[in-house]
Amino acid sequence: MERLYTELFSGHDPNQLQAWQKAVVGIAGAGGLGSNIAIALTRAGIGKLIIADHDSVSTANLTRQQFFLEQVGLLKVDALKDNLLRISPYTSVATYPIRVTPVNLESIFAGADILLEAFDDAAEKEMLIETWQSLFPDKTIIAASGIAGVGKNHLLHTERSGMLYLVGDGVSELEPGISPVSARVAIVANLQANLCLELLLQEGSG
Amino acid sequence: MPQITVNGHQIPWQEGMTVRDVLTAMNYTFRMLVIKIDGQLVKKQDWDSTLVPAGSDVSVIHLISGG
Repeated sequence: MERLYTELFSGHDPNQLQAWQKAVVGIAGAGGLGSNIAIALTRAGIGKLIIADHDSVSTANLTRQQFFLEQVGLLKVDALKDNLLRISPYTSVATYPIRVTPVNLESIFAGADILLEAFDDAAEKEMLIETWQSLFPDKTIIAASGIAGVGKNHLLHTERSGMLYLVGDGVSELEPGISPVSARVAIVANLQANLCLELLLQEGSG
Repeated sequence: MPQITVNGHQIPWQEGMTVRDVLTAMNYTFRMLVIKIDGQLVKKQDWDSTLVPAGSDVSVIHLISGG
């Protein structure tokens, strides 16, 4: 295992890897955003992920979510954990195959240093942000809003309000019955992951 | 005349102005919002009762489905 660790992370900055290995990151939702976020954070060497999603993998999910044909029907958190372990055994993954609510949020994510909002529905995004900020006003939450469509690279950006960061274009609404498209949802997911990795380094140096 | 800042825009402040009044004044009709006054979260259930102080900085964050 030691040799695998050394080889796997041979291209990482040792100080950055140390900060990321110590980190615990929560991901609320394991769909288009959450599955992409989890893969990026696992490749970076985050020590522990806490992932919650009540849903199962559907065939239509494969157009933009990081699952495979043979995983259709599995719980998303189980399928995602399997996929992450195939990348690296150095990120431990705690899974919660349940719907996150204001009542159970604390018991699921209390151990997380940072929470990444990766839900689909705007009402659930609002609930998560409101509940997290009420429970943990000093902890960061990185949410996404406005990811629909294709192109418009230049509109994607990050806004900050206190400990809340919001990534996306802030304007692109989904057309009824139309899902987000793979490339743009992955960009936004990776903007969230990228910001998370940056903030963890700042905490480590503070 | 006292003012408040809402998402970077200056608008007139009025005595007794609530968060709900600010949304009306700004003509914000989106349903899913996160609202902060000077960086402090105001829960949705408190929008009708929370007063917005003169000179405060209000941020209204619009949440859109997709993920």
